[in-house]
Amino acid sequence: MSEVEFDTEGVKKKFMFVNTKAPYGTIYALEVLEMIMISAAFEQHAVIAFVDDGVFQIKKGQNTKATGMKNFSPTYGVVEKESIEARGLAADDFVVDVEVLSSAELADLMAEQDVVLSG
Amino acid sequence: MSMLYTVNKSPFERPTLETCLRLAKPGSAVLLIEDGVYAALAGTAKSALVEANQGDVTFYVLDSDIDARGLAEKPLIDGVESVDYGGFVDLVEKHDSVHAWL
Repeated sequence: MSEVEFDTEGVKKKFMFVNTKAPYGTIYALEVLEMIMISAAFEQHAVIAFVDDGVFQIKKGQNTKATGMKNFSPTYGVVEKESIEARGLAADDFVVDVEVLSSAELADLMAEQDVVLSG
Repeated sequence: MSMLYTVNKSPFERPTLETCLRLAKPGSAVLLIEDGVYAALAGTAKSALVEANQGDVTFYVLDSDIDARGLAEKPLIDGVESVDYGGFVDLVEKHDSVHAWL
C-alpha cells in the first residue's frame, strides 16, 4: 500500500457550505457537517449558509432525547431572509448568532467563494 | 465570475431549482440532470420556472437523463439546450466554478 499524501500546505480557499434540508429526516445535514469538520481540519476558510428547510437545522430548543438521535444543531452561520419568512421564523428563533441576509446579499457572498458545496 | 449550477431534483418534489434561480447571478448557467430534467419539459405546471429566468440564465439539460426517463419524444422548453456527457464536460470547463445543488 502506498501512502497517500495531501499537500495542502499554504493552500487556503474560501468555502461555503449551503444547508438546504431539515435536520433529522435525511442524512444530508449530518453529511454537510462532516464536510465542514474536514475543511476545518485542513484550516480552510468556511461560511455556513442555511436556506430552504436548512433553516430548521438551527431552530432553538431541539430536543432529540426521545428519538435517540444526536442533536447536532450548528451554532453559527448565515441564513436567507426569504427562507425564514416563508417558514414563519425570525432571527430570534435560532440557536445563536446567525446573520440574516436577503437573497441578493447571499448571492453576492456566494459569488465571492472559491468553492460552494450544498446538501 | 461565471457559475455553472447543476440541479438534480424534480421541481415537482423539491424547491431546489427555485432556490438555485433565486440565488443565481445573471450570466450563469443551469444544467438540469437526473430528476432535474423534468423542469426542462414544455407545458408542465413547473415550466414557468425555467421560462421566467431565460433572459438571465442559460439552461441546459443532459440528454441521457431525458432518454433514461422516456422523455425523448416530449418537447423541451424553447431555448433549453440538450447536451451529452461531453457537453457537460465542456460546460464545466467553460465556467469559473461549479455548484452542485442537492
